[in-house]
Amino acid sequence: MITKYLDITREHCPMTFVKTKIELSRLQKGDRLEVLLTEGEPLENVPVSSEEQGYKVISIEKIGGNIHKIVIEK
Amino acid sequence: MKELIKNKKLSIISFSGDFDKLVAAFTLATGSAAVGYDVNIFFTFWGLNAIKKKKGRAFTGKGFLARFFGFLMGGINNVPLSKLNFLGASPKLMTHMMRKRNVATLNELVEAAILLNINLYACEMSMHILGLTKDDFIPEVKEVIGVANFLNYSEGGDRMFI
Repeated sequence: MITKYLDITREHCPMTFVKTKIELSRLQKGDRLEVLLTEGEPLENVPVSSEEQGYKVISIEKIGGNIHKIVIEK
Repeated sequence: MKELIKNKKLSIISFSGDFDKLVAAFTLATGSAAVGYDVNIFFTFWGLNAIKKKKGRAFTGKGFLARFFGFLMGGINNVPLSKLNFLGASPKLMTHMMRKRNVATLNELVEAAILLNINLYACEMSMHILGLTKDDFIPEVKEVIGVANFLNYSEGGDRMFI
């Protein structure tokens, strides 16, 4: 199992979802992706759409300011 | 829920070939694909400029008039802004502003569309008028189709004309 990291805090729609989806598609089953994202649309939608597509959201944690860290498992 | 999402589908007819409308089409397409939609883009007439292999001005196509039009139309790096084009200066300024503000540029959106396996189709009839063949397009263009196949492929989903 490997963990990859992705920072989308400076990205805007649609690249917040697009970069997350592209990284997730490159993982093997059981691998994890740690994503740094901001409040608002990314935080509201990235975890939900990941779950809807069959990925598992392991944790969501506020790490300061409006930035959150979410861990998604394939 | 998972099955429901799997069946979601968006099909875009990319007709205009204007820079801003292509940005809108590719933004909707990539965003939808990223949240689990099946996405089709059917490029027709001016829209075909977005998927040409030659990204700048080139004498593409067969026949004198077709090649002349091909040169005037150019490729994705020549597409005009629908308003305030200023002889092609505005799309370049707009791309500069998009980069500066960390918003995906048109070329980045096309790359993302390819990585997300969005289905790209070219319109047979407009290719025939413009003397273009499938070889004039980027290899990711899946198929050359007409109205009947577009209706088949987009059946059961949302359709948009941009």
